Amino acid sequence: MHTLSLKQLADGLRNKQFSSRELTQHYLKRIETYDPKLNSFITVTPEIALAQADAADARIKAGQAGPLTGIPIAQKDIFCTQGVRTSCASRMLDKFIAPYDATVVTKLHGEGGAVMLGKCNMDEFAMGSSNETSWYGPVKNPWDLTRVPGGSSGGSVAAVAAMLAPVATATDTGGSIRQPAALTNLTGIKPTYGRVSRFGMIAFASSLDQGGVVARSAEDAAVVLQAMSGFDPRDSTSVQREVDDYLRDLNRPIDGLRIGLPKEYFAEGLEPAIRACVEQAVKQFEQLGAKIVEVSLPHAPLSVPTYYVVAPAEASSNLARFDGVRYGHRTESSRTLEELYKKSRGEGFGPEVQRRIMIGTYVLSHGYYDAYYLQAQKVRKLIYEDFRKVFEQCDVILGPTTTDVAFELNSKMDDPVAMYLNDIYTIAANLAGIPAMSLPCGFVGGLPVGMQLMGNFFDEARLLNVAHQYQQAQDWHRRSPKGFE
Amino acid sequence: MSLSAEQVRQVAHLARLEIQPEQVEHYAGQLSRILDVVGQLTQANTEGVTPMAHPLAMVQRLRPDVVTEPNRREDYQAHAPSVQDGLFLVPKVIE
Repeated sequence: MHTLSLKQLADGLRNKQFSSRELTQHYLKRIETYDPKLNSFITVTPEIALAQADAADARIKAGQAGPLTGIPIAQKDIFCTQGVRTSCASRMLDKFIAPYDATVVTKLHGEGGAVMLGKCNMDEFAMGSSNETSWYGPVKNPWDLTRVPGGSSGGSVAAVAAMLAPVATATDTGGSIRQPAALTNLTGIKPTYGRVSRFGMIAFASSLDQGGVVARSAEDAAVVLQAMSGFDPRDSTSVQREVDDYLRDLNRPIDGLRIGLPKEYFAEGLEPAIRACVEQAVKQFEQLGAKIVEVSLPHAPLSVPTYYVVAPAEASSNLARFDGVRYGHRTESSRTLEELYKKSRGEGFGPEVQRRIMIGTYVLSHGYYDAYYLQAQKVRKLIYEDFRKVFEQCDVILGPTTTDVAFELNSKMDDPVAMYLNDIYTIAANLAGIPAMSLPCGFVGGLPVGMQLMGNFFDEARLLNVAHQYQQAQDWHRRSPKGFE
Repeated sequence: MSLSAEQVRQVAHLARLEIQPEQVEHYAGQLSRILDVVGQLTQANTEGVTPMAHPLAMVQRLRPDVVTEPNRREDYQAHAPSVQDGLFLVPKVIE
């Protein structure tokens, strides 16, 4: 059952080939068997899953099933789940039982009738590109257990790649959906900023954060994104605009599609073997009738420096709420209020979160604000303008998702800058707010390679269409890691 | 751009973060390297550029000023480290 697509699973449920309870038990068993090797879940929720499965079976029997009714889903542990620990992989929230559901959770499990298998591991507060900053320990890449799965959505991708869940939710602030998807042979999409509600999604950098999904195909991703998207009055940056039908256009031919290749994405720093995979994909797109256009995003090389001002600045403000008073970790010993704040935060946050809080505090502090924050927001505007111009010349932008395949555990933990450069190709889409996705396009040394598609604002349907057409012609995405059959 | 140990202590104080004395130098080195990368921003010519405040050119949505959320004070205090009579407790602030 675990190799089936979401559509096949929904058909199987509707045709009574298996019940949601059976399907859920099957996945819970797989988690029990395989997750000790991967550490992809922080919390598994079998009681909730089985109760939701029974409710789904009743709905299916009554003929009221939607495309996700009875389908198991894993949630990134950044989404609040009422009555279930929501840790954000931090010691700060180790004992935090969320008092409400994130809108994404309500949409998928409430209205959608999907079954929640549990909460996935991640980098602490989504800060990291290797899933090694988690308070609950690193996640291993199912393709090679000595390597990282990428991050921050490392638990989500490891679980789906090892088929411990058919799909998982994820979030992306600078590449946290696309980079891990690329390193584990998955298809992951970060929609336009404001498309998926951020209510109940623990904030890292509010002008960049966006929820999305990781799946084993563009079609599966489309099904879940459809259910997650939409206006939410509880999120002040949620967009009041109808959601396109992401499934309707999947089968549209891409004859005449203009694909832009930004020269900055194929410059120095890209591993030749990765470049070869992406160039091979470009040829395949040409065979599918696409036209290739050379484009330029001249300010793209400044994405990383811009991001490491804007994101920490927003993070330092957002994480000020963790004060040891209202919720979260509180130190055992403090004589004054200031000591209570400092010790609770010093003990509750790990080193990467502390680094980012300090950078953010520094760039926002008196005398430095103009030089750093204001300059970064100006460069961000230039990056945005680059995209606006390029989308006059092409319909989608194609490039690599990462410079290389998955790296070894512990190889970059002492060098934050080397870690940050993992997101060199993904960050620009967050800064501009445009949708972007990663999908498999080959292997190097047995490890998966991903390519990135970026689209214009609210062009998720087109991205998914292009990815689906590629996946009809190629079968990279159908390969799965050994040892998890 | 490099941060001195003293600057790291000051920033940590502003952020209300207790860092161990033996970590200060380590953080100073790492934060300085991050700021070196950030320093590339000075290369960009941003004369006349309006800083970007938000990815979408949208106006802040307003809602009617009516109560929409129920009072769930007890739920929200249930996970507080220390409460009494509906109040959050902290160490004594006034001598």
